[in-house]
Amino acid sequence: MLSVSDLGKTYRVADKQPGLKGSLQHLFRRRYRDIAAVTGVNFTVEPGEFVGFLGANGAGKTTTLKMLSGLIRPSSGRAMVMGYEPFAREHAFLKQITLVMGQKQQLIWDLPALDSLRINGAVYELSASEARQRIGELGEMLDANHLLTQPVRKLSLGERMKCELLAALLHRPSVLFLDEPTLGLDINAQESIRSFLKRYNQRYGATVLLTSHYMADITALCSRVLVVHEGRLVYDGALSSLAERLTPNRVIELRLTEPVADETLRSFGHVLARDGASVSLVVDRALLRQTIARIFEELKPSDLNVHEPAIETVIGPLLRGERLVRPAQSAEGPSAGASSPRRPDTGTS
Amino acid sequence: MIFLRKLAALLVTAFAHTTTYRAEMVLWALSGSMPIILMGVWFQAAQGGRLEYSPLEMVRYFVAVLVIRQMTFVWVIWEFEESVVRGRLSHDLLRPIDPVWHYLANHFAERIARFPAVLALVFLCFWLYPGSAFFPGWVVMGQAAALILGTFVTRFALQYTLATVCFYNERASSLESLSFIAYTFLSGMLAPLDLYPPIVQQVAAWTPFPYLIFAPARLLIGEEVDVVGAFQVMGAWTLGMIVLQRWAWRKGLSRYSAMGA
Repeated sequence: MLSVSDLGKTYRVADKQPGLKGSLQHLFRRRYRDIAAVTGVNFTVEPGEFVGFLGANGAGKTTTLKMLSGLIRPSSGRAMVMGYEPFAREHAFLKQITLVMGQKQQLIWDLPALDSLRINGAVYELSASEARQRIGELGEMLDANHLLTQPVRKLSLGERMKCELLAALLHRPSVLFLDEPTLGLDINAQESIRSFLKRYNQRYGATVLLTSHYMADITALCSRVLVVHEGRLVYDGALSSLAERLTPNRVIELRLTEPVADETLRSFGHVLARDGASVSLVVDRALLRQTIARIFEELKPSDLNVHEPAIETVIGPLLRGERLVRPAQSAEGPSAGASSPRRPDTGTS
Repeated sequence: MIFLRKLAALLVTAFAHTTTYRAEMVLWALSGSMPIILMGVWFQAAQGGRLEYSPLEMVRYFVAVLVIRQMTFVWVIWEFEESVVRGRLSHDLLRPIDPVWHYLANHFAERIARFPAVLALVFLCFWLYPGSAFFPGWVVMGQAAALILGTFVTRFALQYTLATVCFYNERASSLESLSFIAYTFLSGMLAPLDLYPPIVQQVAAWTPFPYLIFAPARLLIGEEVDVVGAFQVMGAWTLGMIVLQRWAWRKGLSRYSAMGA
């Protein structure tokens, strides 16, 4: 469905120093530098997969989506989407894909969304009755039918995104590139968009590549994630394995039966939280068994639970660019257990 | 048939968009009323009797210029520039239809919406200069309408070709400002071209500009014009521009970075 090999994109940008001197230099002797936004990225996506694309701002996610949708030409490597080279932008290809950008809209600002939908219906060669039927169907799934006759500028951000999705999916594309579709939306609107995307993927078997800064989007929708860092793909595999890779720790939650000093607790591991008798400890996975044995022996807790750290707390720093993920070197590589022929970019560490 | 359906949808929606702001539509029509001012100046000058045109002929010429300017006004370079700079072109590029049809639909819709205001301006001129009202006959009107359509297409092709410079320099509209000086001077917008010195007329003949205003204006006021020749020259320029534009478009798209998108 979607294969990317050694994909790269380098932008040439003007380099200007601030101030009068910088302005004069820029006027007479302009300097440029090359910025590698994406470097040597490899992956494949199977039909119907819902894949999350993670990384900090500027990591290369949007640039990759732009190359896959055919908006920009790769500087190196190759991308194929449903057998088409995206940048050729053949009409047969364009009729099967869509790109939704959370911060950009295709709807005409001053007119009701229905006017934009009328154009999309004609441009994608749907008959009038087919377009009407699809608008009704998608409008119902999005609970947006009542919004379509209001000028777009009068809609709230969440309502606008619903209409944007309707416009982007009217031609029923097989491949969806979604770039931050829930950006800036309130919790309810995010949930509503999330639930719609899930149903759309299930109902039409569409392949989805989603970037989002909201972990809830990724955890609710994507079983597989691609992580990019400084333009390189550093992880490709299951979301659960990513958490395991990112943190070698486990969280132990226990309920104390008698008072224990913080200093004593710290001898077992990092104290994540303490609320009276309830304590959360972060413990190295390798030391888990012996630490539990010590806790039972020395603290005699009334209750004890072990679990993985919440994915949000693990991946959050990564999305803020605070943490570099390195590809697995072990035999249990990130793709272990995956049925598709996907592979991590092991040459990027 | 399918293509016509696409064009009809683009045109209908563009018309709805244009007519959303009625006052703006009238103000745009008024902003193109420079020929009415020039009409007054040349009316006075012609009263001296030293020009080849009588005062009423001068009024009629500028009424024709007014109509032609209003019906051939092109702004695609600004629209395209904004699309490129703000990344809005991305949505157009991902649709299975060339973006040029979207721009053309916007221009045609605006023309249709503006037409009543243009008619009102024409009647205002006839009222200001009694005896200047004229009707060149249906045949000439038909020829002039075709010529004006050709003029619009040529002017659009020239500007759209310049617009592709946006892929290389985001402020391509500055080129249009430069080209507009030549257009203003050599098209007959400031004065009938046959009042210019012969050398200027010879230079103008090598450009498409005389065919953009002077030729259709002379035709409208009942003067003899080589309509076939005018179409041939405009056709050659338009074809040349389309070839150049397509080449620059293909090259330019490779540089497009979908900024802001």
